[in-house]
Amino acid sequence: MKRNLLLSVITTALAASVPGLHAGDISGTITLKGTPPAEKPIDKSADKNCGTSPTPPTTHHYVVGSKGELANAIIALKGMDGKSTGASAAPAVLDQLHCEYTPVIMAVQTGQKIAIRNSDPTLHNVHAIPAVAGNTEKNQAQAPNAPDLTFSFPKAENFLKFQCDVHNWMFAWVSVFDHPYFGVSDKDGKYTIKNVPDGKYTMLVMHRKAAPPSSPVTKEVEVKGGNITEDFTLEAK
Amino acid sequence: MSVSCENPWLRRYACFTAFATFVLLGIGGLVTSHNAGMAVPDWPNSNGYNMFLFPVSRWVGGILYEHTHRLVATFVGVLVVGLTRWLGGRSSRLPLALVGLVEMVAGGILLRVGGNLKGAGYFLTGIAGVVLLAAAVWVRNESAPRPLPLLGWLAFGAVQLQGLLGGLRVVLLKDEIGIFHATLAQLFFVLLCTIALLSTGWWRRVSIFSEETVKTVELASARSATSLKRRVNESGLGCLGLVRCFATILTLLILGQLILGATMRHQHAGLAIPDFPLAYDKIWPAMDAASVELYNQKRMEATAVNPITAFQIALQMIHRLVALAIFAGVALSAWLTARNFGFKNPLSKMTLCWLILILAQATLGAATIWSDKAADIATTHVLVGALSLASGGLISLITWKAFGAATVSANSIEAGRGVSTAPLAHANA
Repeated sequence: MKRNLLLSVITTALAASVPGLHAGDISGTITLKGTPPAEKPIDKSADKNCGTSPTPPTTHHYVVGSKGELANAIIALKGMDGKSTGASAAPAVLDQLHCEYTPVIMAVQTGQKIAIRNSDPTLHNVHAIPAVAGNTEKNQAQAPNAPDLTFSFPKAENFLKFQCDVHNWMFAWVSVFDHPYFGVSDKDGKYTIKNVPDGKYTMLVMHRKAAPPSSPVTKEVEVKGGNITEDFTLEAK
Repeated sequence: MSVSCENPWLRRYACFTAFATFVLLGIGGLVTSHNAGMAVPDWPNSNGYNMFLFPVSRWVGGILYEHTHRLVATFVGVLVVGLTRWLGGRSSRLPLALVGLVEMVAGGILLRVGGNLKGAGYFLTGIAGVVLLAAAVWVRNESAPRPLPLLGWLAFGAVQLQGLLGGLRVVLLKDEIGIFHATLAQLFFVLLCTIALLSTGWWRRVSIFSEETVKTVELASARSATSLKRRVNESGLGCLGLVRCFATILTLLILGQLILGATMRHQHAGLAIPDFPLAYDKIWPAMDAASVELYNQKRMEATAVNPITAFQIALQMIHRLVALAIFAGVALSAWLTARNFGFKNPLSKMTLCWLILILAQATLGAATIWSDKAADIATTHVLVGALSLASGGLISLITWKAFGAATVSANSIEAGRGVSTAPLAHANA
């Protein structure tokens, strides 16, 4: 018992003395300022197996809450490349349900497996169209009840597009990072980047429409021995 | 080049093949309009099935367009092989057999190589079977008059190249191939229209049209060079030369316009400019990076979601300007022919029809934008574009032929051999 206590004290002392060994979470809320353009209706009548939904289906370019909480924004730390743990990370799941991708926006690490699931009673084709050299375009059919298809990408890329050409309204975008320090805002606009080592960072916020990768919203932050909160506001022009 | 076929069934078959190609063009247009080119990821199989056995129940969404396109393309391919055999007559048997054997061997090699080229191997062996079958069929007819057999062989090569391009676009995942595929489709349609035209008696009458021109001018009044020049001008030959020149240049311009259109369609980025006749509320839109980013931010795409670029905006602006030039050129041609030859002249009628097609095409272009690129309207735009190109091509052919014959006659008048011509406007009216 005494030995364990001693070991714990030594470990804590060591951790405190080595820079970067402390880690904290960065969390916050993404808010959209302004009124985005109206979403467009989606016509799914081309395939009756796509099912029906209580509300007419529309595009999901801006998913905004009543107080401007913005979903599907990607939040990441800049300059962290080369720290990917994707090979050992759990697979991320991209489901196809009611002929729509769920989620529409997701983020993974380089080398991390993406399991594409077909929960629909219809055939989809899963067509990944990367724009960065080194990530390979792939197009595979997936029948109903077929096993998950597995995709992974070796290079970092923002908003790598997945589409189904059978149902031409089906799109998902997967951002690939070469590190684990990223998050995606949920329907309440909330995000968390976990276990960020102590240090100063530049945070990037990207959204397909409100803050494209060519002009992300940025902020300098510092993590120092604990969790921090950083909120961002994007603008619908 | 006075050519015609006496066999009415060959003429009907050639016309039917051209019509089937037009239908195929429409279905191909629907594939691109619905962004369904990659809906069936394998080729020549369809989602693992032999393409002829793919269950109809699975022809849904984009698969419906892509799979139907493949089936109709196969049908057109078989029609063209038959046409080549028919036009070539009994003398086409040996070359067809040799081509079939070569394709069979090439297909076998590609199948052994495997990988992405395995599909091409299946395609070649499949079409080799059709070609060998066509060679084996006992056809006793003589070959059609020149240049029909040659045109048949050209169509034979084009249809196979076209099939190969369509398949490779799928398995190699290359959009760029789609642009070549779309362009070759238009040229292939023009080629089949040409074969159909040359197979008709109408083409022979057009041939007489220029010979009649030659025969009715008073030779006696054409003894001096000055007099001859005046008579030639009066007969409308000068105008015919001008229309020939216009038709040829305009046809090439339309081809360029169709290539522009194909390039825009295969970007899968929807409308690069969402308004017409203005462009982003301006006569000439801003194309700097900040403006393009703003355009993209405001776009709410439901299907073609690729972001637009300054290049695509420029492409659409060029497309608009070229459309204007084509309209002006065709209108001028129609006016020239009507003024010189009268409205009843076949050439006047043809150029007027051409003008109507161009007007319809311009309207459809505008409608494509106003409807936010509705698939049916965009596809009709492609089809009328094909008809405009084919019309231009055929009018060019006819004017070249008529002008060539008339020039030969004028030369013979000048040499004092005693032939006379009448005004072109009266010929064949």
